[in-house]
Amino acid sequence: MRLITVAGPPSCGKTSLIIKTCTHLMAGGLSCAVVKFDCLQSQDDVAYTAANIPVSVVLSGGLCPDHYFATNLEEAFAWASGAQCCIIETAGLCNRCSPHIKGLMAVCVIDNLMGIEAPKKIGPMLQMADLIAVTKGDLVSQAEREVYRHRIRQMNRRAVIRQVNGLTGQGCRDLAAIMAEAPSVESVTDMKLRFSMPAAICSYCLSERRIGAKYQKGNVKKASFGKTVCNTI
Amino acid sequence: MQHDLTLLTSLTVTAGRDKSGTEEAEDVVFRPGEISALLGPTGSGKSRFLSDIESMANGDTPTGRKLLLNGVEPDSDERFSLQGTLVAQLSQNMNFVLDMRVGDFIFTHAESRGVSDAREAALRVMEEANRLAGEPFHPENHLAQLSGGQSRALMIADTALLSWSPVILIDEIENAGVDKRRALELLVKSDKIIVIATHDPVLALSADRRLVFQNGGVKGSFQRTGREEELLGELLEMELKFSRVREALRSGVAPVLEPVHPG
Repeated sequence: MRLITVAGPPSCGKTSLIIKTCTHLMAGGLSCAVVKFDCLQSQDDVAYTAANIPVSVVLSGGLCPDHYFATNLEEAFAWASGAQCCIIETAGLCNRCSPHIKGLMAVCVIDNLMGIEAPKKIGPMLQMADLIAVTKGDLVSQAEREVYRHRIRQMNRRAVIRQVNGLTGQGCRDLAAIMAEAPSVESVTDMKLRFSMPAAICSYCLSERRIGAKYQKGNVKKASFGKTVCNTI
Repeated sequence: MQHDLTLLTSLTVTAGRDKSGTEEAEDVVFRPGEISALLGPTGSGKSRFLSDIESMANGDTPTGRKLLLNGVEPDSDERFSLQGTLVAQLSQNMNFVLDMRVGDFIFTHAESRGVSDAREAALRVMEEANRLAGEPFHPENHLAQLSGGQSRALMIADTALLSWSPVILIDEIENAGVDKRRALELLVKSDKIIVIATHDPVLALSADRRLVFQNGGVKGSFQRTGREEELLGELLEMELKFSRVREALRSGVAPVLEPVHPG
């Protein structure tokens, strides 16, 4: 089965883009399934089901969705095993995580409205991707699109970059053609993440809610804020 | 690599099929410095035609069209480096979303293009943009402060002078509040292939050629005739009158009623 990870910040158009792309893949004779990893709630299963794409939505609740993704990937793979192409949609909320896996196709979706510095801020989710789909280009100037593309290229020299419109589906045929060439694997066991996920396990990971150093245990990192601010008024 | 495209002398869209499978009559050849207008109601196939160009169709889209550069099919390396950058777009829905000063932004764009003197290039864009805009603006202005007309003027000047893409698509820019005529002159001077999707008769007649779409295919191709050029002149005069009255009304002056030409 082809397994493809699709990551991107919230509301950048991942779901619309995957639906439109799957429609092309299915029209080309490839059966598709989608696993959506989300945090608290998601209505995306409705949209996928309406497009006749088998979908399973799982919610991480109190856990980081990308850690949750890594711990459930074997099971997700087993669920989708009847399909020829499984797309994993993950949230990537903190912009530090990257769900991409060595040996599988990795897609990053970002939108043009995030400002030209966004490609630098997104990190490994974008840097480690094979294919970068840029959405919402119809809303910004040509100049911003070009500078944005340049910044993406600076962060990722080798990825294919495509401008895609998730609403009209423009560019999704092209994405489907690329995704159809994704490597096929028999199992995900022993495969490796392309980038380590952020370390955690401090008292707040374990549901602590009180503020204060005395409540903080485990992997606690204190920031340096520089010289104390004086009242200058 | 990308610089090869400065040698683009023609771009051909080969004849394909319309929605009913009927073959189109002939290939459409575009050349730099030429303006083509795309005409036809919504759903007639203009967008599909444009996306065939943008995605470098290779017989793999529903229309079965192919894109040829300088008369030949691009190889896979060319496809990789060109895909997604062939067409620059200007449309009425586009906005600047950045919080940046105009001057800094154009400089950033010029720099990203690897222009040797980015300062100088940015100055030229400012100059041309101000020739197109109704009210002048400055490099210190923030992008978000620009009026609709100023934004459009800046986008046009920037695309003409700094965009790398050899094809510029202009989508429904008729009400943009810029000097359309000057805008077209500037774009044509940029030696790019200009394609205008429009419903505006002045813009349509400003084009050297009109492609008319129907049922998903190119129905006909019309070169502008001498009589049509005269008609364009008349329409431009009417537009001028419109804008004089608009200006008078905006500045609180009673519009001058010109006598109707006898005959």
